[in-house]
Amino acid sequence: MKIPFKWLQQYIDITLPPADLANRLTMAGTEVKGLEVIGGSWENIVIGRIIAVNPHPNADRLSLPTIDLGTEQHTVVCGAPNLMVGDKVAFAYVGAQLIDGYTDKLSTLKPAKIRGILSSGMACSEKELGISDNHETIMVLPPEAPIGIPVADYLGDTIFDLDVTPNRPDCLSVVGIAREVAALTGQSLHLPQVSYEEAVPPIDQQISVEIDAPDLCPRYCASLITGVKITDSPKWLQQRLLACGIRSINNIVDITNYVMLEYGQPLHAFDYRRIRGNKIIVRRPTPGEAMVTLDGVTRILSENMLVIAGGEGAVAIAGVMGGADSEVTPETTSILLEAANFNPASIHYTGRQLSLPSEACMRFERGIRPELTIPALKRATQLIIQLADGKAARGFIDVYPGKLDREPILLSVGKVKTLLGVDFSLDQIVTALTSLGFDCKMGDSASEVLVSAPYWRSDIHQAVDLIEEVVRIIGYDNIPVTMLSQPLPRQNPEPILALKQKVVHSLIGYGFQEVITYSLTSLEMLSKLLPEPHPLEPAPLRLANPMTADQEYLRPNLRVNLLAALSANRRHEDGGIRLFELGKVYLPRPDDLPDEPEVLCGILSGPGFEKSWQGEAEPVDFYTAKGVVETLLSQLGVEASLEHCQDETLHPGKQASIVVADGSLGVVGELHPKVARAFEISEPVYLFEINLTALLPYTVGHRMFQPIPRFPAIVRDIALVVDAGITHQKVLNIINSFPLVSQVTLFDVYTGEPVPPGKKSLAYRITFQSPARTLTDKAVDNVQQQILAKLSHDLGATLRTQN
Amino acid sequence: MLQQLEQLKSKALQELTSINHPEQMESWRVRYLGKKSELTRILRSLATLPVDERKAVGAQANRVKADLADGLRQKEQALREMQLAASAQEERIDITLPGHPFPIGRLHPITQTLHEICSIFASMGFQVVEGPEVEWDHYNFEALNIPKEHPARDTMATLWVDFKTDSGQRPMLLRTHTTSVDIRIMETTPPPLRVVIPGKVYRYEASDATHTPMFYQIDGLVVDEGITMADLKGTLYEFARRFFGEDRKVRFRCDYFPFVEPGAEMAIECSVCGGKGCRLCNYTGWIEILGAGMTHPQVLRNGGLDPQVYTGFAFGMGVDRLPILRYGIDDTRLFYSSDLRFLRQF
Ligand SMILES: [Zn+2]
Repeated sequence: MKIPFKWLQQYIDITLPPADLANRLTMAGTEVKGLEVIGGSWENIVIGRIIAVNPHPNADRLSLPTIDLGTEQHTVVCGAPNLMVGDKVAFAYVGAQLIDGYTDKLSTLKPAKIRGILSSGMACSEKELGISDNHETIMVLPPEAPIGIPVADYLGDTIFDLDVTPNRPDCLSVVGIAREVAALTGQSLHLPQVSYEEAVPPIDQQISVEIDAPDLCPRYCASLITGVKITDSPKWLQQRLLACGIRSINNIVDITNYVMLEYGQPLHAFDYRRIRGNKIIVRRPTPGEAMVTLDGVTRILSENMLVIAGGEGAVAIAGVMGGADSEVTPETTSILLEAANFNPASIHYTGRQLSLPSEACMRFERGIRPELTIPALKRATQLIIQLADGKAARGFIDVYPGKLDREPILLSVGKVKTLLGVDFSLDQIVTALTSLGFDCKMGDSASEVLVSAPYWRSDIHQAVDLIEEVVRIIGYDNIPVTMLSQPLPRQNPEPILALKQKVVHSLIGYGFQEVITYSLTSLEMLSKLLPEPHPLEPAPLRLANPMTADQEYLRPNLRVNLLAALSANRRHEDGGIRLFELGKVYLPRPDDLPDEPEVLCGILSGPGFEKSWQGEAEPVDFYTAKGVVETLLSQLGVEASLEHCQDETLHPGKQASIVVADGSLGVVGELHPKVARAFEISEPVYLFEINLTALLPYTVGHRMFQPIPRFPAIVRDIALVVDAGITHQKVLNIINSFPLVSQVTLFDVYTGEPVPPGKKSLAYRITFQSPARTLTDKAVDNVQQQILAKLSHDLGATLRTQN
Repeated sequence: MLQQLEQLKSKALQELTSINHPEQMESWRVRYLGKKSELTRILRSLATLPVDERKAVGAQANRVKADLADGLRQKEQALREMQLAASAQEERIDITLPGHPFPIGRLHPITQTLHEICSIFASMGFQVVEGPEVEWDHYNFEALNIPKEHPARDTMATLWVDFKTDSGQRPMLLRTHTTSVDIRIMETTPPPLRVVIPGKVYRYEASDATHTPMFYQIDGLVVDEGITMADLKGTLYEFARRFFGEDRKVRFRCDYFPFVEPGAEMAIECSVCGGKGCRLCNYTGWIEILGAGMTHPQVLRNGGLDPQVYTGFAFGMGVDRLPILRYGIDDTRLFYSSDLRFLRQF
């Protein structure tokens, strides 16, 4: 909310400079987001009076006003059509900083010869002073403006831009902020004195009000003013509204807005003659009911809303917008002025449903107090009488079905200390609360008080609310700084967190860059993962209100985003790329929150090492990706086997599932070329995925120390020739099945001459070792023979003869 | 005879000085110390000499032999050193050629920041806890004193999951803050509680240089008997001191969040302008870092705890902002762009 400093000063004496006051308000909970100084650049501009207007000898459109500044007089050249002798204007001396009407930039006024006549200084438009966009006419100041004094002193101001928190609708008003200032500075308030003459006949003979929905309308008050003249508002009123960001409409509407800004109570003015049947009914809309609002739009209403109805249907959507039919027009002569209180949730709902946020809506939905209606109603009635020549009917309507008595709250010194950790005396507590308008009565003991909140406060329900009031007035700076002194709570660290830490550190050790991508994606992106199109099974979780089509679904995997990331990076990277992400995927479950397992996904492409003068590095391949998986699992102490699988996103012949204890926990493989093309990737890409949540139980086992072998090992190399279809794993399993074999390493795979076609050669280095004795060559020969015999019998393997 | 030995010795040592190659060394050794050398011949012929002469010549010959062997050893040593120096000279390489590059892996700047924050709180006895990102309205809003149609919901524009209950309600959402985990923790863990909750949160907010629809938050929750607002202030000041440095000024002011009372906000002095006011700090001199407060009694009750027995505090902080401030990053979308040109800088 925007509040001019000068308006605030009307209700309270302020000795602090605006910036200091802003700081006090901010510290106490109402943040001042900005201070806009109006007239900060108005040097060398003073108030003058036009004492003569003579025609320009050489130009019909120009004239030569003479302006009296009290001690001197200046005649200048002026093009504005509204020069009237006697008007007060803003006179700028040469050297003043003005906004250029054509370029909109601040520039220094220089003497100028216009059509042969020298003009030193000028009379300013509102635009030249930065007050409005009006550049057609000279700004005319009120008649009481004192001649000769700087315009900055007369019109200048500082506008406070306040960020009022949702719990303080009372602070969405000048009076509300004045009350805060009073409490913070100790100055006393002087609020407007409201009194006016009432004419006969009494209002209740001219209109009746009935509340059909007391749950949505706790209170409805109204006054009636007849004989009004609808005109423009006086300048001061227009400017005040403008400074607060509200456009001037006419004197009546402006007064309702002015009093809303002043008291925080929204008001609505109806054209009394347009309300049929002299009757107001506050009710829920009938099914399918529609009405045309002020902005000319037909609104379809629903049963959770509230309307103000006359004898012939709705005349306003309560608290949100008036109807076009009962709008105040230049022909209006009688005003029914409404000051009501509506249910905050209902107003919030209606404002959102109809997309009609407004200043009034904002105040109602935050829950202003019903007690605000009468003071605001009286104040606005008074102003209408003053500024629109009306006569008020005697009395006012006040239907108040929602009146609730508020119980006083007990507050003790001990309670304050328990929550804040600081000893405030009862005296300090009472002083702080009283300064805010709270009523404090002594309680049963000397260390407690019974506190009643003032009528304008809707946010005080229990002792903690009072404690906040106390401490924000005494100052948050007076809260001491202590460290937690309670015994440390028992720690039960979640094992998945440790696993995640280990995994990310391993991966960066392998040269992978971590990325974080959005959890939201689109069906279009997800379908790129399918070489042949088909519906996704199960369907990913969809948002009801996606912001954009490309962020409509919660990702069921990480690979889609990583492939997009690789593709995007390829536009500017030609070296090897290794990316990984560790994050959640979202797997729908019926009638429950989705499953959110933590998944690791990595991708590799391009050369295995950076380009170097030592020669081009080999590109990564399936075995690089597999190596990452195996190394990682080995670091985590997990025994896994890699088995054939069918992941449609991956190359049918180059993929393996990562199997731990008979369950598949992930996959490694080359990207299917069709999928690569869909992501506009033109090189082989290898990826791996591991479900860490599923892997977790296998990583937490306890490992025992293995003694370092005391007896020497014997190493033998054997080269086998087997059918090309025999896998390394089969050979390995057989070799490993023999006693004394402690380690087997494949060190060569060869096809081609002299190995016969359809066969391949596999060379292994086998380490034999016994934990109990030194092996003899003879013992090792014996085992080796048995190994070869079994390989020959089971796999048809022969020993490759040296040549 | 003795004279002959003396001559032999000086000749041999003379020759030795001019040797500069291992092969010459060998022939010298054969010539002077070998089986057929003159010295060996003299030693062998000792038996033929008269006794008195034998003794003197024998002693002299052995001395000469020892001297020559000694000379040989020294020469060999010198030669080896020469050779070594020569070969070291030959094997000299261009040490300015680039080393063999290893691929560098890095953690995302947000992960780095989270680790740093968590370790600061861990050192104060906080335990790291996580919770679901897709959440029920109850945990994200209702139980935190934010019922339907509460204005505070407008400040946390929500992405809703397309899921309706039989009664037509739409209760599933993407959590708008990690505070959603608070009630879950109170429900499952008896006090004392001292936890931090990092994680992703989501808002219905269009992307621009200062907003992304997904970002990171870390919340803190402490519940025990006798927890005070002074403890909250102390905890947050200690965090600020450790994360932002000893000299950075901190501001602790009143603010409003529905789930705490009293509520507070902590700001640090703007690092760009040093508190004078600039564009980054919106000309206030302060940068808001986190919201906090004493856990609202109703929230404790909603979590199954008795506010007559327990008090607590909570705080919540945007994580993305911290590396933005630390590194002067001008566009928050870069965090989720996966752009290596950006990520490599951290
Ligand atoms: Zn700054």
